[in-house]
Amino acid sequence: MREIHVERIVDAVRDLAIKANIELGEDVIAAFERALDQEESPTGKDILKRLIENARIAREQRIPICQDTGFAVVFVEIGQDVRVTGGSLREAIEEGVRRGYQEGYLRKSICHCITRKNTGDNTPPVIHFDIVPGDKLKIIFAPKGGGSENMSRVTMLTPAVGIEGVRDFVIQRVKESGPNPCPPTIVGVGIGGTIEQAAILAKKALLRPVGSENPDEELNALEKDWLERINRLGIGPQGLGGRITSLAVHINMMPCHIASLPVAVNIQCHAARHKEVEL
Amino acid sequence: MTEPIRLTTPLTDEDVKRLRIGDRILLSGVIYSARDAAHKRLVALIKEGKPLPFDLQGQVIYYMGPSPAPPGRPIGAAGPTTSYRMDPYAPELIARGLKGMIGKGARSPEVKEAMKKYGAVYFAAIGGAGALMSQSILSAEVIAYPELGPEAIRRLEVKDLPIVVANDIYGGDLYEEGVKRYALL
Repeated sequence: MREIHVERIVDAVRDLAIKANIELGEDVIAAFERALDQEESPTGKDILKRLIENARIAREQRIPICQDTGFAVVFVEIGQDVRVTGGSLREAIEEGVRRGYQEGYLRKSICHCITRKNTGDNTPPVIHFDIVPGDKLKIIFAPKGGGSENMSRVTMLTPAVGIEGVRDFVIQRVKESGPNPCPPTIVGVGIGGTIEQAAILAKKALLRPVGSENPDEELNALEKDWLERINRLGIGPQGLGGRITSLAVHINMMPCHIASLPVAVNIQCHAARHKEVEL
Repeated sequence: MTEPIRLTTPLTDEDVKRLRIGDRILLSGVIYSARDAAHKRLVALIKEGKPLPFDLQGQVIYYMGPSPAPPGRPIGAAGPTTSYRMDPYAPELIARGLKGMIGKGARSPEVKEAMKKYGAVYFAAIGGAGALMSQSILSAEVIAYPELGPEAIRRLEVKDLPIVVANDIYGGDLYEEGVKRYALL
């Protein structure tokens, strides 16, 4: 068994929280550049240029890309030959979130659902644990803003509607969301499993580099077709009209029950932030 | 694109009358930040007939909750939040003299009606461009509800804040117009 002390995990999560919120991924910036070439609306072009400038300012001045530094969503892949020492793994992740949001001057956006009282340190995070072969511990930190999460939905379709029914649900969701999720967006789609699994599949789809090819040929073709249809809606950057409503559609699929067709749409704003580390 | 219009707060009826959807604005002067929780309290005060923490006359409210200011800076990232959540409260404030709102996303028919009736405009800022928007903020001071943290009301001194007119007093709606122009379906 390989041993990893919780202190290393606290530090790793702290650093990821700060880095994810300040340094936008090169894949997202490259997607902005491609969008700038395709956008026809002058307002849309102006917005895309400012988003590229915004990412540069954030990185240079070490301030967050967006003031909504999000719900701390953490994916943890624990090698089955790893033993965590010195305390609780969950508490270590929580402490890392606490320190990252405090020491990185990130906004604390988590509150009690009814009283709306802020928890004050951006905890608790949402943690998805997975056990994998090997002796490594992988942590992916993906802060998620409220605006785009509010526009996301899960539904249970009737199998009779087929893939066209899934497509229509996804496109309708983007259309109804309009300007609210901060377009240009990335549309994460989860198909299959159960209700909670569909949502997790959709969220995980957002972790893929923006616009990368889906290794599944059939899904890859669907992603391209759906993206083209979405970009005919005219919503455009910030919803003020234009060609580029979304930068990419990413689909994850797994088998479902013979009675069901679960579909989740997790919309990601253009501040598509995630950073990872392997210990 | 035409040259941006420079505006200084407080806004007058004359300022508001000459604005049309699509006009690019560089806003300077004092504005106030308020989000969901602060709006709820402001409207409660109005209903109880109590004074507000700041005079609404001619003022502009920015729907924004900043990230904390790092040492040596007036504020952290400071982009707009989605405006529809403030729709239930906005008409009450517009009726009492509020002249401008800054946020992102479309407004409800009730808010648009109040804007036409009382003469107020809605400006769109770029959502998610929090680092960029912070460059136009010279100072920030919490003036009410510090216990709300990021949702406290702040008095902001801004210089050339880049925004665009999304709804004017003539019923124009840039969100509707823009999408109509580019939709291919």
